[in-house]
Amino acid sequence: MRRTTSRILRGIALVSTLALGVTACGGSDDDSDTKAVSAADIKAALDKGGSITVWAWEPTLKTVAADFQKKYPKVKVNLVSERSGDKHYTALSNAISAGKGVPDVAQVEYFALGQYSLTKGLTDLAPYGADKLASKYTAGPWNAVSDGDKVYGLPMDSGPMAMFYNKTVFDKYKVAVPTTWDEYLDAARKIHKADPKAYIANDAGDAGFTTSMLWQAGSRPYKVDGTKVGINFDDAGAKKFETVWQKLIDEKLLAPINGWTDDWYKGLGDGTIATLTTGAWMPANFETGVPGAKGQWRAAAMPAWTKGDKASAENGGSSLTVPALAKNKELAYAFTEYANSGAGVATRVSEGAFPATKAQLEDPAFQSKKFDYFDGQEANKIFAESAANVASDWSYLPFQQYANSIFNDTVGKAYVSNTSLADGLKAWQDASIKYGEEQGFTIEK
Amino acid sequence: MTTLQPPAAAEPRPAPPPAKRDRRSWTGWGFIGPFVAVFALVFLAPIAYSIYLSLYRNQLIGGNHFVGLDNYTQALKDDQFWQAVGRVALFLAIQVPIMLGIALLVALALDSGRLYGKSFFRITIFLPYAVPAVVATLMWGFMYGTKYGLVGDINEAFGTSLPDLLSPDWVLASIGNIVTWEFVGYNMLIFYSALRVIPTSLYEAAEIDGAGQWRIISSIKLPAIRGAIVIATIFSIIGSFQLFNEPSILRPLARNAITTDYTPNFYTYSLSFNGQQHNYSATVAIIMGVLTMIVAYAVQLRGMRKGA
Repeated sequence: MRRTTSRILRGIALVSTLALGVTACGGSDDDSDTKAVSAADIKAALDKGGSITVWAWEPTLKTVAADFQKKYPKVKVNLVSERSGDKHYTALSNAISAGKGVPDVAQVEYFALGQYSLTKGLTDLAPYGADKLASKYTAGPWNAVSDGDKVYGLPMDSGPMAMFYNKTVFDKYKVAVPTTWDEYLDAARKIHKADPKAYIANDAGDAGFTTSMLWQAGSRPYKVDGTKVGINFDDAGAKKFETVWQKLIDEKLLAPINGWTDDWYKGLGDGTIATLTTGAWMPANFETGVPGAKGQWRAAAMPAWTKGDKASAENGGSSLTVPALAKNKELAYAFTEYANSGAGVATRVSEGAFPATKAQLEDPAFQSKKFDYFDGQEANKIFAESAANVASDWSYLPFQQYANSIFNDTVGKAYVSNTSLADGLKAWQDASIKYGEEQGFTIEK
Repeated sequence: MTTLQPPAAAEPRPAPPPAKRDRRSWTGWGFIGPFVAVFALVFLAPIAYSIYLSLYRNQLIGGNHFVGLDNYTQALKDDQFWQAVGRVALFLAIQVPIMLGIALLVALALDSGRLYGKSFFRITIFLPYAVPAVVATLMWGFMYGTKYGLVGDINEAFGTSLPDLLSPDWVLASIGNIVTWEFVGYNMLIFYSALRVIPTSLYEAAEIDGAGQWRIISSIKLPAIRGAIVIATIFSIIGSFQLFNEPSILRPLARNAITTDYTPNFYTYSLSFNGQQHNYSATVAIIMGVLTMIVAYAVQLRGMRKGA
């Protein structure tokens, strides 16, 4: 009896160890891709053909992928576009740490690039010729994808910010469209007073929006130098933002609706939400998400912190990257280059994407495009001006994804309790520092 | 023991004497082998792997290295973790008695035989359990909404101002309501089936002795189903400590109220999937597992002692 038990135990131990061994061997990294790849190599790969998997939710890539396959009939592009945002990054991180199922091309937003490049999850595209494309892109997006002489992706679109406003609401209550944040606060009071169901904007705590607002206000909370990171929300720019936004929260002038929910689309359509300050990629979403309000909305420059100041910021925007574990890097790069620098750009712009390339932004035809949704307004002029005025020197944390995931745990408290926005930001700062330290970053105080 | 002798030619050939011990050992394995293999693969290996993980730390900067019990000391001092534990403990202390109380009441009512349309009631009360937790939570989340949900509609129609059930003050109670709705039927069924096996002769004897219904309940029915009550309590304790579905599905509607460390399970999920802190996440999961076992075991000991 005793003997049998010990045998069973031995068997179990063996099986467990085997299982351990299998799982533990998953993560191996290769960091040997520094040799230059010539255009001829890429051409040869395209002629030879093969298939690549692309993880990207950007809707305009569908046409681009079809065109690409038409041009290079031997290449098959599998576009996987069901996941976006958090789910996308979770899947990507899991695939990378498991070492299998990694796509050849992955869409990565600018704020999330740092984490993947720092952990060697992405291929440096400079040896493939990406470094020579720098002059094609506007400064903001290019800064986001490059680090010294390394290039971790090609900018796909950009999100210079603008204020979209529902003109019918402003007309109905005879409120002037605000050009500064102080006027914005006034307008918020007037609109909500005229109709208790109407709000100047929706905001229930959104990390991306808040960081963009800080960016415009001149706050530079994140200082990043390789693995040295500084996090400090206590500066003059942040104060400006806190002052105005605290009043909007305290006076209950913001609709407590989260973005991208059913309530949000409804609110944008029925006048509950009067303005939306966000990236220039928004129009396409208006058309598909809020078709009923066609003709009611307009675009305007983002309100300024002091009258006449033109400083703007970016919100969102993403790049296409080639993960380090991609199987078919030549083809992956060829597709990335085609979509974000070559013929694909024009296709995507014609389908409503907002480019990061100078040629398209400065193109008179692009600037004078009339948006039916905005009742014929030439909105791209406003967006292009915003793109030219994006304040410089902003950087995100190399673990911004994590920081954003705990934004509502900390700053979110300011929206639903007596906690002040300043205290909320301080709590966010502390939690981010704690994580940074745990992850081995040097935190500069 | 058996002595070998050459077989007589006329007799039928007996089976060759087996190597007894060998055969017995193989038969045993034949029966137990498949179970052991599956058990080891799906139960022991993950636990072993979690323990292995919990002894390491994988950092964005610095990579993977052995840290001994550091993760455990960190977890035992982790305010976020203990707050989450406190939250589910509060949930356990309030929601579980309410839920089991209702379930018991319904089971006794059904068992009393005085109810009209008994099977209709039984199936109606059990039905919510058949609704997947995800669907149930989405449904309730919609009803709780003060803007476009049922609460909002009621406020509009009657001019009332019902509290926002998804605000930080109310959301735990709202989750409790969902869980109660889902599991009353399930627990009722456990109690009801335990009640059905009580021999009716006991009731007859009680009636002859002049006992009323209340007396029958307190002196016969409740003592007889104590085992079932203990089991249902243990299931509920485990369920409370593992609370995850409801908060995680409600979170998109109440991001500021339901934090990423709302319950211990949600905390481990966030650590793992938002922060890539798989090692620490495994540690928290192990501690939580041990904690659940201790509480469940304590309840079982207590329940059984009373029963004896």
